Order: sequence, then structure tokens, then C-alpha cells
Amino acid sequence: MARSVTTQRKALTTVAAWTIALIIFFPIYWTILTSFKTEAQAINDPPLFFAFDWTLENYSVVQERSDYMKFLWNSVIIAGGSTVLGILIAIPAAWSMAFVPSQRTKDILLWMLSTKMLPAVGVLYPISLIFVKFDLLDTRGGLLVVIMLINLPIIVWMLYTYFREIPGEILEASRMDGATLKEELLYVLTPMAIPGIASTLLLNFILAWNEAFWTLNLTAANAAPLTAFIASYSSPEGLFFAKLSAASTMAIAPILILGWFSQKQLVRGLTFGAVK
Amino acid sequence: MSFKSTLCAATALSLVTAGSAFADGHSKTITIATVNNGDMIRMQGYTDTFTEATGISVEWVTLEENVLRQRVTTDITTKGGAFDIMTIGMYETPIWGANGWLVALDDLSDEYDVGDILPAMAGGLSHEGTLYAAPFYGESSMIMYRSDLMEKAGLEMPDAPTWEFIGEAAAAMTDRENEINGICLRGKAGWGEGGAFITAMSNSFGARWFDESWNAQFDTDAWANTLNFYKDMMDSAGPTGYATNGFNENLSLFQQGKCGMWIDATVAASFVTNPKDSTVADSVGFALAPDTGLGKRSNWLWAWALAIPAGTQQQAEAKQFIEWATSKDYIELVAANEGWANVPPGARTSLYENPNYQSVPFAKMTLDSILSADPNDSTVDATPYVGIQFAAIPEFAGIATEVSQEFSAAYAGQQTIAVALEKAQAITNEAMEAAGYR
Repeated sequence: MARSVTTQRKALTTVAAWTIALIIFFPIYWTILTSFKTEAQAINDPPLFFAFDWTLENYSVVQERSDYMKFLWNSVIIAGGSTVLGILIAIPAAWSMAFVPSQRTKDILLWMLSTKMLPAVGVLYPISLIFVKFDLLDTRGGLLVVIMLINLPIIVWMLYTYFREIPGEILEASRMDGATLKEELLYVLTPMAIPGIASTLLLNFILAWNEAFWTLNLTAANAAPLTAFIASYSSPEGLFFAKLSAASTMAIAPILILGWFSQKQLVRGLTFGAVK
Repeated sequence: MSFKSTLCAATALSLVTAGSAFADGHSKTITIATVNNGDMIRMQGYTDTFTEATGISVEWVTLEENVLRQRVTTDITTKGGAFDIMTIGMYETPIWGANGWLVALDDLSDEYDVGDILPAMAGGLSHEGTLYAAPFYGESSMIMYRSDLMEKAGLEMPDAPTWEFIGEAAAAMTDRENEINGICLRGKAGWGEGGAFITAMSNSFGARWFDESWNAQFDTDAWANTLNFYKDMMDSAGPTGYATNGFNENLSLFQQGKCGMWIDATVAASFVTNPKDSTVADSVGFALAPDTGLGKRSNWLWAWALAIPAGTQQQAEAKQFIEWATSKDYIELVAANEGWANVPPGARTSLYENPNYQSVPFAKMTLDSILSADPNDSTVDATPYVGIQFAAIPEFAGIATEVSQEFSAAYAGQQTIAVALEKAQAITNEAMEAAGYR
């Protein structure tokens, strides 16, 4: 009897999980599908699911009109650079908070997180003025630093949560064996935390890749990443949904592939501390 | 590879990417910020012609209208200098010109023939008589209607109808069984969406945003009549969910044969008559936007224009580009390659004198609509502001967005028209007081 209940529950859970997954995936599926339609088919009512003449025309038009590789390269540099830089800063910060906490550690962590609660547009003008002053407007370097800073609280939090899972006694033992602080961080803590660091890296890369406020407001022709590439196909006066869908598909394809191959690490990273 | 070397490699990669990123130099080319619409995209395709003739390269930054507006506003107010030419509209140009943020276009060459720019356009893009932006294309609004459905309803559309006729025609053309709505109009919140439409419509009902002392006027009968007429007509003859419909939603409905009439931007005429995208391309007629006999029609006036921000280092090159892109020769170039129906409309008088263009079905009505719109005299009663579907003051965009949200909530039935108008009155007076107008 108990076995049948478990099976039933499993079946229900599976159905529920698939339903939720399909609902979440539907907008991506629809975007990809629309990218193969003509503009007239894209707005057809009732919507066309499969019975239409598939075309690659939108991809051809987008390729002809925009320098996709330039946008892609900018995205790779900005997302990759900001992630690596963020990890380098966050590892020592998370270590100190996890293993040598002070009375104010929790307050600091909360304060760091609270910076994420400020709407980005609230600091648009100060950041823009700083960029103008230091000639950083439309440079990948300036953008890389801003994206790193806005994601830093999340990186620190994720690493802190993961480091807390590592027994402090192991670090103490290494100290007793004469390891210096640098050696403790490099040879003891970090190798043990590699899975956590990897998942943090991946998640942060995705966040940086998708960032669409600063990447639109601080760039022009040189440093614009794929978010600007998508924005260039959106129009409130004209139906360009098929072309917009083609541009969106091209922009999300690299990150979808990366996410597909690293799903195990991502799930692990997102469920740190969920089960004790 | 040991962990230490991995870390070193990661650090090196980070520093290299950051280093190369900071090393981005400013190119010698001019950078132009523009909107994503058909005419602008077409212009990008001809950039090589300009480069070949002048040796000046062009970098395009194409953005969605609202994103573009935020981006160029930030750039010009912080003196960012990211763009050498900005695509802006009739709302921004006089305000930015007055602030000294734009380069005056008062030394354009004789060949350019600045006098050929349609007076309504030149007036809306000037401040105190000085032109600050050259119109690339201009638009007004007009009625696009299904001639077959009009005939079936036993009606004939006059060239200059009244709102009363439009209401009757909408009711007669509505066929719910066949999913045909008598009329499709914008209801979407946003000062440039439903806000623009209802403001232009209110002008024809004798309403205005402000009296001469900058007091809000939403407590007048004229505004109540406008909104009640709009809502009654749309509830009975409009599409479901019209409160969230903007230009694109209505274009889509019209192209699929689901609207009897649509009152919107004149540029839509080329979309709805294009057989590639429109199922009703061969049965579309045009008429002037309606009135109520008070002397003002409900059409607006808008231009997408090219302006030079005062901080640019490449003023001469930018002017050269503007002269090329908004010239008569450019129009000829597009006409030769893509036909007269695809040239940028609404900017030059000579275009409407050209017999080739006169044969385009919507050309005359577009010109008549543009000529009947006057931003300096848009309302029945006097106002202290310039503009038809907007008041050209910096505070307007914020106020009108909030007000249009209240109107959209009333269209959706979430509140009454009376409550929406009360809120609009309070929002506007409060904002104007805070800004020091009252």
C-alpha cells in the first residue's frame, strides 16, 4: 500500500514538474518558433503552431543588418570579465565572513543585499556622470566593473553560504600544520569549494549576460552587448515580431547552450543549504 | 593544471579583458542614435552611399523608442558625448533647443533648400524661429477605413467626417459574429500611446490640458465629453481589451481584417496597403481625423528629426550627414530603388508637388492631415503651451504618463470616467505646483 502511494505521489510530482517546466519554457519556445515565420504569420490569429511555411528570412535580414559577432564578443567580455573579477573579490570576502565572523557580519551581509533593492534607475545619473568624468562611456571596461559591482552581493552571499558548509576544523588543522592565510585560501579552502565556485560562476555569468539596464544606458556603438542587439529590433510603430524573435533567439542561444551543459552545477549552486 | 595556475590564468584573463576594454578608443566616424522603424532602417541601408561620397563613416545605434528617449536624454543632460546625431521628436526639440543643448541648424547650404521643409514641421522643430532639428519624416494622424465594409453598411465616408458620423459608422460596421470591430483606437497607457490619441481627440471636443495660468482643465465638460464618447463607442464597437491596445496591436487587428476603422499615425497607411503583410490591402480608404464642428480636428503632428547635440566634436561631419539624409536627393535615391510609396513622407513640400508621389493613394490625405495640424494653435480655447498631442514642457511626459494610466484604468472598467478625471486633475495640478508653474 505504502509503495503504491509513493508511486502515485511520484507520478503527480513528475506531472507537476513537467507542467511547470513547460509553462516556463513556453515563451522561449514561442520566440524560437516565431523567428521562423514571416511577419504576417507572426501576428496571425489564431496563432500558428506548426502549420506554416518555415523561413530563414528573418535570420538572413538580421545578419545583414547587424554585426552579430561584435555584439556577441562584447557580451562574452563583459559577462566573463565581470564574473571572474567578482569571484576574485568575493572569495576572500566570503571566507572572512564564514570563518572569522564578527558581531557585525550578518549586518554587513544584509546591507550588501540591500543594495540590490535600490532600483537601478535611481543611480543612473550619478553613474553616468562618473562614466563621463572618467571617459568610460561606451567602454567594455567601465561596463564590466559596473556589472561586477551590481552582482557582487549575490556572489558573496552564494560563496558565504557554501563556505559555511565546510567544516572550520579542516582549516584549523591546516593552520596547525603551518599553512599561511594565502596557502589556506588557495590550497585548502578553494579546492574544497570548487563545485560551489563553479556554480556561482555560472549563475553570475548568466545574470551578467542578461543585464539589460546598464548595458543599454552606458553604451553606444563600441561596447554594446547582445541586449542592445535585441533592443534594436523592438519597435512600437511597426510589426517586426519575427525579426525581433530571430534576434532574441540568436542572443539567447549561447547562454541556453551553456546552461544546458552545466545544469547539474547550476542546480547544485541554487540549492545550497536547502537540505541539511 | 594546478588550482594556483588556474587562478592565475583567470586573473590574467580578467585583467586582459578589462585592459582591452578600457583601451577602446573613440573612432573618427560619426555615431547616430535612432529608432527602429521602417524609414530609419532603410536609411541605414544607404549609409554606404553617403560614406562613398564624403569619406565619413557612420556607426548606428538603433533602439526602441522609449529606450532611445531615455538613452539620449541621459547623454545630453550629462554631456556624455556618445552620439554625434540624435533622432528626436517634436516634443524634445524646442525644449532642448531652448536649453542650449542642440546645435542650431541655421547655416545649412543653399542646395539643401531649408525653405522647402513643410512649415508645420519646421515650426515644431524650432525654438524662437531657429531650426534645431531637420525632419527626416513627419506624420499626422488620419482615419484608415475598410471601403468594402463601409459600402456594406450603406455608408459613405466623407473626406472630413465628424465624431458623430464615426460613432454611427462604427456601430454599423461592427459584426461580432465575424470578429469585426467597427473601430480600433489606442487605449494603452503612456503619454506617447493612448495619451497622445486622447489628447488629440480632446482638442476636437474643445478641451485643453491647461488654461492660460497653467491650471489643469480635467474638471471641464469638454474632457468628460471626450472620455465618455470614447468609452461608449469603444465599449460597443471596439475590440476586446482595447484599454491595452497601442499602435502595434491595432495595426495587427486592421491588417487581419478585424477593424472597420482605425484612427492613427499616417505612416501606418503604407503598412495597411502593403499586400505582403495586410489581408485588406486593396480595400483601404483614407479620411481626415474627425471633428465636432468646433474648428479643431483630432489629428496630431509628429516628426522624427535629426539633431546635433551641442557637445559633439564632429559638428561639421554631423551637419553633412543631416543635409544628406533629409535632402531632396535622398528622397530621389529611395524612390529610384524602392518606389515612391517608400520614401520618407511628411517633411518636404516638394515631395507633395511631385506628380510621381501624387499617384500614391495616401499621399494627399497625409499632406492634408499634416497641413491641418498647427502646434501653435491646437485647441479651441487659448493655452500657454505649444503642441497638439502634448504640451512642450519638460514635465509633460511624466504627468501625461500618470494621467493616461488613470484613463486606461477607466477604459478597462476599473474606475469610472469621473473618478479618472478627478485623479487626473489632482495629479496635474500637484505636479505643476511642484514644478513652480502655479
